Amino acid sequence: MADQTPNSDQSKGLLRKFLDLPTDSVPKTLFVAVTLCLFASMIVSLAAVSLRPIQEENKLRDKRINILQVAGVYDPSQSVREAFEAFEPHVLDLTTGKFTDEFDATTFDERAAADDPELSRRLTNDPAGIGRQSNFKTIYLLRTADGDIDKVILPVHGYGLWSTLYGFIALEADGNDIYGLQFYQHAETPGLGAEVDNPRWKALWSGKKLRDENGDLQITVDKTPPPAGIDFHIDALAGATLTSRGVDNLVKFWMGEEGYATFLSNLQAGEI
Amino acid sequence: MAQKRKELLVDPLVDNNPITLQVLGICSALAVTSSLQVAFVMALAVTAVTGFASMFISILRNHIPSSIRIIVQMVIIASLVILVDQILKAFAYEISKTLSVFVGLIITNCIVMGRAEAFAMKNPPVASFLDGIGNGLGYGLILMLVGVIRELFGAGSLFGITILETVNNGGWYVPNGLLLLPPSAFFVIGLLIWAFRTWKPKQVEEREYKIQTVEAH
Repeated sequence: MADQTPNSDQSKGLLRKFLDLPTDSVPKTLFVAVTLCLFASMIVSLAAVSLRPIQEENKLRDKRINILQVAGVYDPSQSVREAFEAFEPHVLDLTTGKFTDEFDATTFDERAAADDPELSRRLTNDPAGIGRQSNFKTIYLLRTADGDIDKVILPVHGYGLWSTLYGFIALEADGNDIYGLQFYQHAETPGLGAEVDNPRWKALWSGKKLRDENGDLQITVDKTPPPAGIDFHIDALAGATLTSRGVDNLVKFWMGEEGYATFLSNLQAGEI
Repeated sequence: MAQKRKELLVDPLVDNNPITLQVLGICSALAVTSSLQVAFVMALAVTAVTGFASMFISILRNHIPSSIRIIVQMVIIASLVILVDQILKAFAYEISKTLSVFVGLIITNCIVMGRAEAFAMKNPPVASFLDGIGNGLGYGLILMLVGVIRELFGAGSLFGITILETVNNGGWYVPNGLLLLPPSAFFVIGLLIWAFRTWKPKQVEEREYKIQTVEAH
């Protein structure tokens, strides 16, 4: 105790000395800048760290609500956790197009996997602006009462104008008819690109087809319909050319050979 | 003193309103007023930030070197905004998603900086806090007024509760779609400024020029 008292007095003296310096002197300026930055960064990081668990919980809930919505089974009066139990998560190996038991589907983190060189690859042809693509994706199956596959929910993401859009595409059991598309995370311009969340635009996706009879990928988001016809055409968002182009690229990419094409042909062949 | 404190709170509501008189903070007023709920949360967030930023800056005012005073103010304001953003993300996730970048943009809201520089740097902490809260409330008041007009006539609802049944939902009201777009807030705020200045002619600014009568030679 005896040692500490003069010590703390001394440090108090030091603080006093700094505070008593003329306000506009160089040492005082440096002192104020450094102390304030230290203090502010401590407050900010404390808030960020202590609130993270609640925020993560919110994010997970929001993601699940989006899965329920894209599959058309969301009921606000029902508990999200219970409703979500109807969905069967599986980890899909993109190269084989088959499910794998290597990972636990409920905890597998594909965003972390995309950073792991063992589990991902760098894309050479990267229209969706993804950078590294995880070889494994968590997908969700919704079954009918008889146990047949009703809908397949596939995670997709890609770069829009400002941000990476993360979302889900729901396909019917035939692996070709689109049931819906929905993004749960993006930072596009509110009122323009953020209209990807507009229910009327999202409704355009329902009933559209990915491939024509020859098996060629025809789905497109554009201002004018493609030659193949309106079954494959989603009208682009007005005033959001680059976001629309981003959505077009990411849907084409994920439904194509480097995405879920192998899995979807397995699904059509009844091997899932 | 009590009288003066009350003035600090009430004065910015109408007589010295940051939006209609000082014409500050317009950009966020355009962006977040298409629905009342969002406008309300934004108003609360701005009020909290202006109040506490003014208070902290006022506490430190005698130790802030003038050469870095703007940066010091920004650091304090920015930390508070991040704090508000984190709290919203934890406890009002849906609203924080709708507000998206606009919470972060409170940092650039001229009202916060304006009060810090014009009032908090020269006045004691309690007065600065009240001044900040008052200005935040003045901003909030206009936000709510604009929000009521835009949501009621643009979407036929208030706080998401349907008041005027729209045609799309089988009712009679044809909503004015323009009111949901940001430019409409310009018209509404412009009309509000006109109304305020007609009500309180003292707010009308003096002309900066004088019309000269030229004598014929």
